Amino acid sequence: MKPHTDWLAHSILCTGVALFVLPLWLLLAGATQDGGAIARGELSFVPDLRNLGIFWSVLTDRAPGGSPVWRMMLVSAALALAIAFGKIVISFLSAYAVSFFRFPFRMLCFWTIFITLMLPVEVRIVPTYAVMANFGLINSFTGLAMPLIASATATLLFRQVFLMIPDELVEAARMDGAGPLRFLRDILLPLSAANMAALFVIVFVYGWNQYLWPLLVATDPKLDTIVIGIVKMIGGDTVTDWNRVMAAAVLALLPPVLVVVLMQKWFVKGLTEGDK
Amino acid sequence: MERRTIFAGWVLPVCLVAPQLLLTVFFFLWPAAQAMWFSLVRQDAFGIRTEFVGFENFADLFADPLYLDSALRTVVFCTAVAGLAMGTALLLAVFADREIRGRAIYRTLLIWPYAVAPAIAAVLWVLLLNPQIGVVAHALKSVGVLWDYKLNDTQAMIVVILASAWKQVSYNFIFFLAGLQSIPKTVIEAARMDGARGWRRFRTITIPLLAPTIFFLVVVNIVYAAFDTFATIQALTHGGPGKATETLMLKVYRDGLINLDLGSSSAQSVILMVAVVVLTGLQFRFIGRRNAE
Repeated sequence: MKPHTDWLAHSILCTGVALFVLPLWLLLAGATQDGGAIARGELSFVPDLRNLGIFWSVLTDRAPGGSPVWRMMLVSAALALAIAFGKIVISFLSAYAVSFFRFPFRMLCFWTIFITLMLPVEVRIVPTYAVMANFGLINSFTGLAMPLIASATATLLFRQVFLMIPDELVEAARMDGAGPLRFLRDILLPLSAANMAALFVIVFVYGWNQYLWPLLVATDPKLDTIVIGIVKMIGGDTVTDWNRVMAAAVLALLPPVLVVVLMQKWFVKGLTEGDK
Repeated sequence: MERRTIFAGWVLPVCLVAPQLLLTVFFFLWPAAQAMWFSLVRQDAFGIRTEFVGFENFADLFADPLYLDSALRTVVFCTAVAGLAMGTALLLAVFADREIRGRAIYRTLLIWPYAVAPAIAAVLWVLLLNPQIGVVAHALKSVGVLWDYKLNDTQAMIVVILASAWKQVSYNFIFFLAGLQSIPKTVIEAARMDGARGWRRFRTITIPLLAPTIFFLVVVNIVYAAFDTFATIQALTHGGPGKATETLMLKVYRDGLINLDLGSSSAQSVILMVAVVVLTGLQFRFIGRRNAE
């Protein structure tokens, strides 16, 4: 068969790509333009290359009344990493416990974790806020991260991985004198590495992009994440500095986009195999 | 399914499962139970006296035209977002699944928006559609459209639907592409031999084989549209103009944390919980049955 160019496929895919890349390009270009001109409606697709320093200046300057962008980026990074590592570790351990042991109330534990699938933070914001207030965790980093760490999805994913491990392998490890902890470290950990990588991408993005929960629990500007900071910048009573908002949005997009693009292979595999 | 080989002892596993269990109980079950309790009581304006009122909060909600409007609006919004995001993603996935040059690049360029925060998606759409600064808004005005989503209800709804659907396309695209790739090439080949081409092959072979993926995505998209779009809507319209884009999620937030109406907002939370339970239950039932076949 002679290879031919599939023009229909290329034109549809190019249109699709344009739909996603053009707004991003506009954001990049707009960041380098004059804020006053943008406010007058002169936003253009042509970047002003003399103004690339805007990204640095936005990163380091302190916005009036808020914290500087670098600080918000740090809070976001800390939050995303804490949630990602926390979630992976506790889900890995709990999946191990329910898959490889028999203990009293094991199935009750499993179902307790399982039903949290049906209780996303959004549907129980008010009472969750009340619980956090009881614990004195309002306006603390712990309060910000902890409720987002528990995860049924990750536990189910690891359990699925563990169930596929052949009995012979467990038997062989035991014959060689490996105890439960040794087995966990030397056999399960390497076998789950790819799943952990995939999970890391998904949870990192999830943590970085949180909006509602930080909005509720962290009213102290010191705990503002970059996403919260940007929404504050466009929603304020003062005139919006559009070019600075755009530069901040570019910075906010960079870490999660990089993580997704660089770890694409694991991420896609983990997402499509894990969520079902 | 259970494992046959296991380790002995129960102290270690209990310790290992404890952190997950504690977080679940404190931050999921307890608040959920409290929401149920609060939905059955009423507090006076100062929060001093609490009185058990049974299902009165629910009865009030269902008699409240504002609540029913918001519920209807949410249904319209979710349907539009799910339909638009899934339709676009399926179209792109079908063509990205073809053997064409540069498909790895196309895939990366269509997958990255997964990383965009809903709130940042709103900023991108402001650049396009904001009546003062938006480039598309200016184009619309130059052809005579009176464009201002801060004043026009319908336009506001269109803007939040577009921005919310835009953000969800890449997620759906990933799943549709994986679903298409898992269809055995022999099945497609057999259909080709039988003379089924193009649209007919797509309708009679591809769609039925994609059914589990489609159903899974319908549930995920509805849950996304109902809950995760809070930031998008808040950043674009704050639920306005008036209440034109106030979905149930925004209403719970406003009633509970701005207006501090504990009873009503808890009742609303309980209704949303029931909705999620029904959706998730349907999903597990359906997908479970599919796998058993």
